[in-house]
Amino acid sequence: MENLFFLIPALPILGFIALALFGRRMSAGAIRTMGVGSIGFSLLCALASAGQFLNAFQAGRPWVQTLWQWFAVPGLAVSVSLKLDSLSLIMALVVVFVSFLIHVYSAWYMDGDEEYGRFFAWMNLFTGAMLTLVLAGDILLLYLGWEGVGLCSYLLIGFWYKEPANARAAIKAFIVTRVGDTAFLIGLFLIALKTGTLDIAQASTSIGAMKASGLPTLIAMLLLGGAVGKSAQLPLQTWLPDAMAGPTPVSALIHAATMVTAGVYLIARMNAFFVLSPVAMEAVAAIGALTLFLAAVSALFQTDIKRMLAYSTMSQIGYMFLGLGVGAWSASLFHFMTHAFFKALLFMSAGVIIKAMHEEHDIFKIRKKLLSGTAFPVPPIAFWSFLTGGAALAALPFITSGAYSKDMIISGAWTSGHVWVWALALAGSFLTGLYTFRVFFTVFAGTGQSVYSFGGKRNLLVLIPLAVLSVFSVVAGYIKSNIIPFLGMVLPAVAPVKGEPFIVYIAPMLLPLIGIALAWLLYSPRAKATALKAWAEAAPLSGFFLRGWDFDRLYDFLIIRPYKFAGRLIQTDPVDLIYSLIAVISGLFHFVLGTSQTGKIRLYAALIGIGTAIIITWAVLF
Amino acid sequence: MLALLIAALLAGGLLAWMAGRVKPLYARLVSLASLAAAAALWAVTFALNISSLGKGQFISGFKAAWIPQIGVNIHFAADGLSMAFVALTIVLGVVAVFSSWSEIEERTGFFHFNLMWVLAGVAGVFLSFDMFLFYFFWEMMLIPMYFLIAVWGHEKKTYASIKFFIFTQASGLLMLMSILALFYFHGRATGNFTFDYFTLLADKAKPYFGAGTAFIVMLGFFTAFAVKLPAFPFHSWLPDAHTEAPTAGSIVLAGLLLKTGGYGLIRFVLPFFPDASARFAPVALALGVAGVLYGAVLAFAQQDLKRLIADTSISHMGFVLIGIYALNPVALNGAFIEMIAHGISTGMLFFIAGTLAGRVGTRDMSRMSKAANGLPLWSVMPRLGSVGIIFALASMGLPGTGNFVGEFLALLGAFASSPVIAITGSLGLIAATAYSLRMIRKAFFEGSKPTEPAGVRITDFNAREAAVSAVMILAIVWLGVYPQPVINTAGPVLARLIPTSASAAPGRQAGYIPGGGAVQPCHNFTKCSLKTTPSGFAAVFGKGTKWAPGN
Repeated sequence: MENLFFLIPALPILGFIALALFGRRMSAGAIRTMGVGSIGFSLLCALASAGQFLNAFQAGRPWVQTLWQWFAVPGLAVSVSLKLDSLSLIMALVVVFVSFLIHVYSAWYMDGDEEYGRFFAWMNLFTGAMLTLVLAGDILLLYLGWEGVGLCSYLLIGFWYKEPANARAAIKAFIVTRVGDTAFLIGLFLIALKTGTLDIAQASTSIGAMKASGLPTLIAMLLLGGAVGKSAQLPLQTWLPDAMAGPTPVSALIHAATMVTAGVYLIARMNAFFVLSPVAMEAVAAIGALTLFLAAVSALFQTDIKRMLAYSTMSQIGYMFLGLGVGAWSASLFHFMTHAFFKALLFMSAGVIIKAMHEEHDIFKIRKKLLSGTAFPVPPIAFWSFLTGGAALAALPFITSGAYSKDMIISGAWTSGHVWVWALALAGSFLTGLYTFRVFFTVFAGTGQSVYSFGGKRNLLVLIPLAVLSVFSVVAGYIKSNIIPFLGMVLPAVAPVKGEPFIVYIAPMLLPLIGIALAWLLYSPRAKATALKAWAEAAPLSGFFLRGWDFDRLYDFLIIRPYKFAGRLIQTDPVDLIYSLIAVISGLFHFVLGTSQTGKIRLYAALIGIGTAIIITWAVLF
Repeated sequence: MLALLIAALLAGGLLAWMAGRVKPLYARLVSLASLAAAAALWAVTFALNISSLGKGQFISGFKAAWIPQIGVNIHFAADGLSMAFVALTIVLGVVAVFSSWSEIEERTGFFHFNLMWVLAGVAGVFLSFDMFLFYFFWEMMLIPMYFLIAVWGHEKKTYASIKFFIFTQASGLLMLMSILALFYFHGRATGNFTFDYFTLLADKAKPYFGAGTAFIVMLGFFTAFAVKLPAFPFHSWLPDAHTEAPTAGSIVLAGLLLKTGGYGLIRFVLPFFPDASARFAPVALALGVAGVLYGAVLAFAQQDLKRLIADTSISHMGFVLIGIYALNPVALNGAFIEMIAHGISTGMLFFIAGTLAGRVGTRDMSRMSKAANGLPLWSVMPRLGSVGIIFALASMGLPGTGNFVGEFLALLGAFASSPVIAITGSLGLIAATAYSLRMIRKAFFEGSKPTEPAGVRITDFNAREAAVSAVMILAIVWLGVYPQPVINTAGPVLARLIPTSASAAPGRQAGYIPGGGAVQPCHNFTKCSLKTTPSGFAAVFGKGTKWAPGN
């Protein structure tokens, strides 16, 4: 497989091309086979590669495959090369595995959509681009994948284009992330100029050999700019909640499990630049900590089930950033993996409910419909998988995978001496339990067996992905002792500077439980603390939190309006006025001289006389 | 061979005119046949000389005396740079013929005559190596272009065509004066009065005019090329001309005529005036950035689809100007790739705009969906929409398209010369995202009301249009993922045309821009290393900056 692992990204891209060309003429069955099949084969290739890679495993020797020379100009050669090491292997496996399950699920979810083919074409393209991003051995190829996933994200958010709000959300997502991408690109310029290469391994080596510390900081901060855009972290986080306008499988795949974690991958991949710069590391940790807290508070006030999940994604990625920043590199990547499983699970189970409720997103209305029976039947698996996913998200200790990965990050924050970051992470832990189970209790608590049934077409397509991911959301935590050293072969490890007292050890386990308990008190059908709940929801700041701390209004005021104003100002091109002025002056002369051509002899004679008089006067005086 | 190539296009034009009198279809077929002949000649020339082209050498072509008394020759030659642009000319010529297939119903023969003669003029510009002959072709492309706009244009065609003509004619005269100055000073110094490009260039070693004169002569060339490119603030003829021209005219204007400006800067200004170019570079870089941003904001504010696309050209040509005046091979390769890619992508955007406007009867994006009973156009013409989206994405410089390679290299090279210019220019990529996505949404995804699709009579791309699109999509993607063959064709030439560091070494001439600095030409990219000469902005807006040419 060492020379064939390029097939992992190539197969989905081929699937895209086939569907794009012939999708309109294919039957729904053929589209389904093609769209899911290409990812399935890609998954097989990934598994085969993984098997061989692990077998022939010699101290982390990566597989490198150079496909062709992209371009070479004097001073810089860029090649299309792929690289498989423990980091990219884990990423690729998770991406293609989750993508496969979501494709299976999409076959059910999008069944009957008039543009079934287009949906699968774009989903295939996304998977291909994401795998290119992950497996790229060259930063510019990584950037290609990076922009490719951004494009697919844009296309799929706006998939149901007949709703104008969807198109707006799609454009917002693309433009906001492109702001970050541009910082990333400037970072690339610096790397190319200073190291003379864009090969990740070579650039990392030569930057490590440089003594100056200013340069790595500058580059790392620019890369961080790209990462915060793609991963929806402060201050470029505003696009993610709106991105929920896309169909739910899209939210599950792109805006939860894979693309939004690309920023985490970028930082991990370019770790050589970050470890040289304590400033950049602190910045990563601070951005993560602030985002996780802000997003967790906002998640608490959402009524739209998907927006709640979006804010929770933002918050969980905040944990990953925090982990990277405090030096818990492997733990962050581990959290990426568990998060991919349980968040995809949550979105897909939410999708089952949303579809049954005829695209209803509001949690209070969903409950009403569920109880009144005015919806399609909801399969019981939706309930169970939402519960499993929710428990993993809230990091219920010992039994869920989320607890293993998240607790490692939190303890990393403590042992590396970042006390205030640690405190925010703990507060986030509590809030996560609270907001997750607020939604769970609101929707499900007290609904009897009777509302669930197993009707409908092609239910296996739902059942299998949800069941598989439910299992993974639980058991993925148990491979912690295998996966951390495996990742540690590529990622740096940081020695703890602080011991961990028992209270620090136990706090991240207790706080989610307290959060869940509070959620039960506030939001269960037999809630005791109704007064507190009423106060919280009527609190003057609740609207502010609901709107995600009003970043949208700020940017609208600071950037969007001035830009549109500038556009209106120069719409008719003021520079052209200069040339128009020249034309007007010429026209004026034309008019004056033209009107003097009257054909009247008397006027001509008079003018000749005046002219002669002027010339004579001139000659006499000067 | 090269002379035959031009002759094939000229003869094709005449034949098409005559054939058009019999039946419009014949005019189209004759045009295609002459383009095919030109393509065959190009291919044979390329194949026979592939090794010398790879080394950056010239293919000697046709040479004959024209006006021997004043040293004017008809001299056609080519190197990799010329060959690449001639290839673009032929390809876009084919697209232009196809785009007018069902659009031009009136005086079809004369239309194709004009079209072929513009193409011949453009090819002549790329292949002439006698300054007089170059100027001849430079003017020759104007007149048929003027007719294309003035006769087959849209509502404001008279205004637009005259404006186009005056801008290019006036700036062309400045270039003529500069050419004559070159001729005169060279003749006076060497006793050899000639317009021959190679002689004039070779004798540069023994400078035949002083640095001050050189600067002024350089400005004459620069103005002509900057108007054609167009560079800010000489761009204002472009939106009118592009908007009012028929589709084929817009394709040729955007795809080819603008490229003659960039070609001229690379072919003449850089090698003839290395020192003056280095001195002038900060100003040119600043104009480039201004064009990038101004064009992008302008494009964002338009309702007229063709005017929007025209404004994006101003933005893209800003990248070209930046790439040229960064004065290093990386950036220059970028400018070159950007020109080729822009020819394809913007040519195709005009193709789409033309076919779309022809179907829906308006260029106003907010009224387009009316023709589809208020449905978003995507739902009735997915093929046209897909092609439109692909080229709009190319226009915003998405990786995987040739435009990305061009912009990346141009900005990367510029970063070595002036980080401020490169960073400010990069903002243009965000602005490009904004106008491209707005265009996609307004043109394809926005409907006015959800009516039933019943009774919609507009049709999607037919097989002919789809085939043209498919070929061009392959071309832009090929340029995006494997541009190396194209770089290999022109790269050695470009490296030679950059002013050498020795000739631009400080001390050989006084500064023309007091308080500002020159951009140091740099051949080994990684060693350019940001020894920051004052940035373009400081040079242009610096306190007490005054123009003081002459020394």
